[in-house]
Amino acid sequence: MGVIYVLLTISILVAIVFFIAFVFSIKNGQYDDVYTPSIRMLFEDELVKEGKEKSSAPPKTKQS
Amino acid sequence: MATSTCFHCGNDCEKTVVNFDHKTFCCNGCKTVYEIFSSNDLSCYYDLQSTPGAIPKEIEGKYDYLDNPDIIEKLIEFSDQNVHVVTLYIPHIHCSSCIWILENLNKLHSSISTSQVNFPKKTVRVTFDTSQTTLKEVVILLNSIGYEPYISLDDYTKSTQHINRSLFYKLGVAGFAFGNVMFLSFPEYFEVSEFWLEQYKYVFRWLMFAFSIPVVFYAAQEYLVSAYKGLRNKILNIDVPIALGILVLFIRSTIEILFDLGTGFFDSLTGLVFFLLLGKFFQQKTYTFLSFERDYKSYFPIAVTRISSNQNLEENIQVYEIKQGDRLLIRNEELIPVDSILINGNAQIDYSFVTGESEPVSKQSGDKLFAGGKQLNGAIEIEALKSVEQSYLTQLWSNDVFKKDKTTSFTNLTDMVSQYFTLIIFCIAIIATGYWLFVDASKAINVFTAVLIIACPCALALARPFALGNVLRFFGKHKFYLKNADVIEQMANADTILFDKTGTITVNKKNNIEYHGQPLSYNEEALLKNALRASNHPLSRSLYDTLAEHEIMTLDEYQEYIGSGIEAKHAENSIKIGSTNFAGKPNSEKQLNTSVHISTNNNYRGHFIFYNQYRKGFEKLFKTLSNTYNVSVISGDNEGEKSYLQRILPNPTSLLFNQKPKDKLSYIKNLQENNQNVIMIGDGLNDAGALAQSNVGIAISENVNVFSPACDAIMDASVFEKITDYLSISKRTIRVIKSSFILSFFYNAIGLYFAVTGQLSPIIAAILMPLSSISIVIYVTVFTNFLSLKLYHKKNGDIEKP
Repeated sequence: MGVIYVLLTISILVAIVFFIAFVFSIKNGQYDDVYTPSIRMLFEDELVKEGKEKSSAPPKTKQS
Repeated sequence: MATSTCFHCGNDCEKTVVNFDHKTFCCNGCKTVYEIFSSNDLSCYYDLQSTPGAIPKEIEGKYDYLDNPDIIEKLIEFSDQNVHVVTLYIPHIHCSSCIWILENLNKLHSSISTSQVNFPKKTVRVTFDTSQTTLKEVVILLNSIGYEPYISLDDYTKSTQHINRSLFYKLGVAGFAFGNVMFLSFPEYFEVSEFWLEQYKYVFRWLMFAFSIPVVFYAAQEYLVSAYKGLRNKILNIDVPIALGILVLFIRSTIEILFDLGTGFFDSLTGLVFFLLLGKFFQQKTYTFLSFERDYKSYFPIAVTRISSNQNLEENIQVYEIKQGDRLLIRNEELIPVDSILINGNAQIDYSFVTGESEPVSKQSGDKLFAGGKQLNGAIEIEALKSVEQSYLTQLWSNDVFKKDKTTSFTNLTDMVSQYFTLIIFCIAIIATGYWLFVDASKAINVFTAVLIIACPCALALARPFALGNVLRFFGKHKFYLKNADVIEQMANADTILFDKTGTITVNKKNNIEYHGQPLSYNEEALLKNALRASNHPLSRSLYDTLAEHEIMTLDEYQEYIGSGIEAKHAENSIKIGSTNFAGKPNSEKQLNTSVHISTNNNYRGHFIFYNQYRKGFEKLFKTLSNTYNVSVISGDNEGEKSYLQRILPNPTSLLFNQKPKDKLSYIKNLQENNQNVIMIGDGLNDAGALAQSNVGIAISENVNVFSPACDAIMDASVFEKITDYLSISKRTIRVIKSSFILSFFYNAIGLYFAVTGQLSPIIAAILMPLSSISIVIYVTVFTNFLSLKLYHKKNGDIEKP
């Protein structure tokens, strides 16, 4: 029944990998500003091209 | 179209309408910004949010100090050869359009490589190439599109701030361990005695032990330290029973697995710490774009223009480098950084922020000027008398009040309850142990530890942070920003409220103007209006705005006499506008209210009196408040408004005038020595001492993004009349917390029943502890939400969007 040790090791290793990923994400400052990225992802190629009609209605975002 | 609004900034286009590209603009500044954006394919700015812009300000020479390498070095966050990174605070950032345009700065200027906005902090981080541009150019570019950065002395002195993220780490550790331990302890919950489980349970147990070590010694560290500190100061704070519970849980569990007595309580232990940290996290709502610790440094400019005496050269120097005897040039709208003497120029100094005087004062050369005043009328030249640190205003900050930490002197509700709670728990533990020693001595130690474990007041400890954190957020949504959750409790305890006058109960820059005397004819009024048009004096400007529209005429003669008034002539008529003597008022008695006197063709006609404009609803506010609180007005201004205030305010309101900043501070100190809990509501630097001394200092601000003095709470001026609502919400919140304590004692009683009868098994602990915590959290959250919403909407009728 040594397989339980293998499974345990794997499951804990996977958990630890995610935990380390979490620690690094904090360290990189990903949790310092949790608001701006949510708005930023809504902007894309909204630059109005010369001579072109107004592009399709861009998303109206509510200010908070 | 009767009234049109500006396409760029949304202001009403009153006097001049600029039409461009089928759109209307209120001024050329706004039109220019639009031109910049549309010529760079950035007109999407206006699609994301309508009228997002601000009018660009005049900046002539204002940013010259950014040529000074010492100052640049202090402001720059990172530099590597040609690449500089700078973070600038821009108060105007308020919507998605702002983010969009600021992150597209590289389209406006090729040498800017990236720019990133932090919306909650209202900052933009710009990376630019120094071989092609300078910091000054970047700042000027930002200003030209209406996003003026706010650079103050604070930026110069602050060291690189370390962001404290330890709570995130601790929460991560506790959550990680909690999840894994729960997983590992699951088989034993059902007490299935299978061969398979029996064989491996030791592995599981030691793994759980391993997971809980970082929880106890890292994540729960704060509780252990705080309990130790409390005990050393002979205070039984809430952390004492918590720390005791954590330690007993850990030690008993370790002994159990060591001697194969049972599984231990590692699941409850990690869960407890996780929930406690969650409560702490919830309570910690910070308004990163606001600062509650500001002093004069964030109000003062970073640099001034010094005029070298020998060659008449202008140079920009850092404010701290000002020495006695230096000649300084103060431009329009700039601050006077040091106590000084006016050398030449037409000085109109606005001291409202510093002393509370409501009207700007004129000064003549040779007069003394105090630091903190704002020049309103063109450029002046001054000679410094002192250095920055020695000036009258800055010396206020050397008072001990600013060094004291307010939170230490205040015992909060939970700590107060916990004193009795801890004692009672100890009594129960000892009595139960004593009983079991006689009945079944082998169980005695089990019962003793069980009582301490189950009595661990996590529900008690969670009620307050969740209730207060919730209300803190509610207030924040309604433009009342608190420094921390303790302020709510302090507000609920208050019995005395002091108001500052200028800028707090009155509206800055707005006057009620009344005319007394012989009525002016139509032509006279037209002449008056046209004469005022030419003057830059603040009183002229506000009088000009209140007079009816008249056609523009060219004045034949116009003369402005500094410190006295203006004289103008058109055709046959002449007019004199100014002080009593200037206009030649026959019998002049002393008047406290600001007034402007008029005479036409050398005949005295009458005068305009400038009354303070009080905030909307302030009479009603005082009436409601005076039912439950001692209310006073304490002002640095003269007694000109005293009779008016006496007439309209309810009777017991005490009115104090001519109070210097230090007088206000000592007045509050006196009240506190008589056991009164004082809320001070003020706005300016002159209230800074009073705000720091009071139990709760609330700063009122027309625009919460610009400077407000150090305080416990910042309130947007638009919600001024709702102060009573906020106060009663805080009172009710405390009541909710108190009632939740009863619920928590009920859970404790159930737990104690299991504990004293010696039946506490890990599974009961694992069910009871999270259950009590979660139900308490739900109870306080639902009730505080319900209370505050109900109260707020009943009073105000309208339903505001959160």
